[in-house]
Amino acid sequence: MPEKRIVLRNCDVIDPRSITTYLDRDGFKALEKAHSMAPEQIIEEIKASALRGRGGAGFPCGLKWELTKKSPGDEKYVICNADEGEVGTFKDRYILERDPFTLIEGMTIAGYAIGAKKSFIYLRAEYYYLLDLLVNALSQAREKGFLERFDIDIRLGAGAYICGEESALMESIEGKRGDVRYRPPFPPTKGLWGEPTVINNVETLMNIPQIILNGAHWFSQTGTEQSKGTKVFSVSGDVKRPGVYELVLGSRLKELVEDLALAEKVKMVQIGGATGRIIPYDMIDTPLSFETILGAGAITVFEESRDVIDVVYRTMEFLAEESCGKCSPCREGTEVMVEILEKLTRGEGSERDITLLEQLSEAMMLSSLCGLGQAAPNPVMDSLQYFRGDYENRIRESQSGVAA
Amino acid sequence: MNKTPEAISVQSKDQENLLVLLEEAQNKFGYLSQELMVELAESLGISISEVYGVATFYSFLYTQPQGRYVIKVCQSLPCFLKNAEMIIKSLEQELGIRLGETTSDGKFSFQLTNCIGACDKAPAMMINNDVYVDLTPDRISEILKACE
Repeated sequence: MPEKRIVLRNCDVIDPRSITTYLDRDGFKALEKAHSMAPEQIIEEIKASALRGRGGAGFPCGLKWELTKKSPGDEKYVICNADEGEVGTFKDRYILERDPFTLIEGMTIAGYAIGAKKSFIYLRAEYYYLLDLLVNALSQAREKGFLERFDIDIRLGAGAYICGEESALMESIEGKRGDVRYRPPFPPTKGLWGEPTVINNVETLMNIPQIILNGAHWFSQTGTEQSKGTKVFSVSGDVKRPGVYELVLGSRLKELVEDLALAEKVKMVQIGGATGRIIPYDMIDTPLSFETILGAGAITVFEESRDVIDVVYRTMEFLAEESCGKCSPCREGTEVMVEILEKLTRGEGSERDITLLEQLSEAMMLSSLCGLGQAAPNPVMDSLQYFRGDYENRIRESQSGVAA
Repeated sequence: MNKTPEAISVQSKDQENLLVLLEEAQNKFGYLSQELMVELAESLGISISEVYGVATFYSFLYTQPQGRYVIKVCQSLPCFLKNAEMIIKSLEQELGIRLGETTSDGKFSFQLTNCIGACDKAPAMMINNDVYVDLTPDRISEILKACE
């Protein structure tokens, strides 16, 4: 079985309300070791581990830290992205519920490495019920003296998916609308309040203490050529065992969906949420990695009776609603796609509609300001590639006057 | 209404943090009225449209009065696959109101929200800041009764 709990090693083992149980499991030993290393050494170690971001983009963590360290700036920041708004993703919630201490330790090491004294956990409003737990964990860490040179504040979101996008997130912390920023500059150069900023996903930071303790070489022995380590997956939908599973990168989708989550009669799987990919069952052997298919690891399973067009329509509705509205390709493109798909679900549509979807997709992928608009066409394009027959049947039925 | 936890420390930068101030105001007054937004704009020396722009951007901020209990049912795909529609119908029946409405006694408001990250225990909903999972029509009755 490819399950390997590195990120989740303390989950359901320690008491998330007691730092003592964390200290008993080598808690904060990585921070101690880090303080005996030069910041540059720490960055070299993270670079050597080849750890890539776990929030969906997969950017090399060490490189991000290095760029931020090298940027001139008086007050640098670390931000933990705990917005987790991608549909079907709940791994960070699971982690925060069970092991806030590893996150605190990971953030503190990041702060030391880049020379930051202040940091934020941006917690989505939907996870408000975790606030007590996090506040408690932080105050225990403070009591033990772990946050003397580096403190962590919590900032709440207010119900906006786009605020999981790093630049919109920073706008939100600054008290504004979650509009996406033009890039460059990128956060390592000019981020929060214009200062050099590292923004990392919860799961990315969870990997840091173990890498520091066991070494980059240990970490990079697991995984594939371009995807080292493990990934925590969130499995939901038509499965008997929904939940969180941590697997070595490169494991096959079949192992996760059928062997572990016990799915049967699968029609298709949506990987990476609303902006992710849709693949048909006959590709169930696909390995899960950055070089193949991954996202932040949201795995939603659809069984045979599910209606592809309806799934894509609902996905587009979500994206159109959550679009920040700043750039035209996304703001207008998602709306038009929703209109066309809604027509199709009602059994009204033509070949011209499909052509329009394809043209819009190209324009949005090329010219949208951020990942939401760039990836919004994914479900449309994937479903047209693998389930074109469903679209064509729907159109044929509507043209012949037969109810869909 | 919910107390703003001390965790949201209002540092010197935050004296002018519009989002934090709006969240605090909503916690106190239940929603952001026009008068409140105008007052806030004046006290911060910014335009009313800027305040309105932030207030209307975030789905958890309200510019209309809400019930004491705001029910937000998840409408995203993983919950949809687990019969969220039945939960919505149950709530409509129990409360006697439709989506977007508030009960005449001002107790419950009812709306849809997007993925709240409880997909492993779908279907799910929030009532104010609390999350309710593994919902069934029967559980809906119990949950609503428990809301004083």
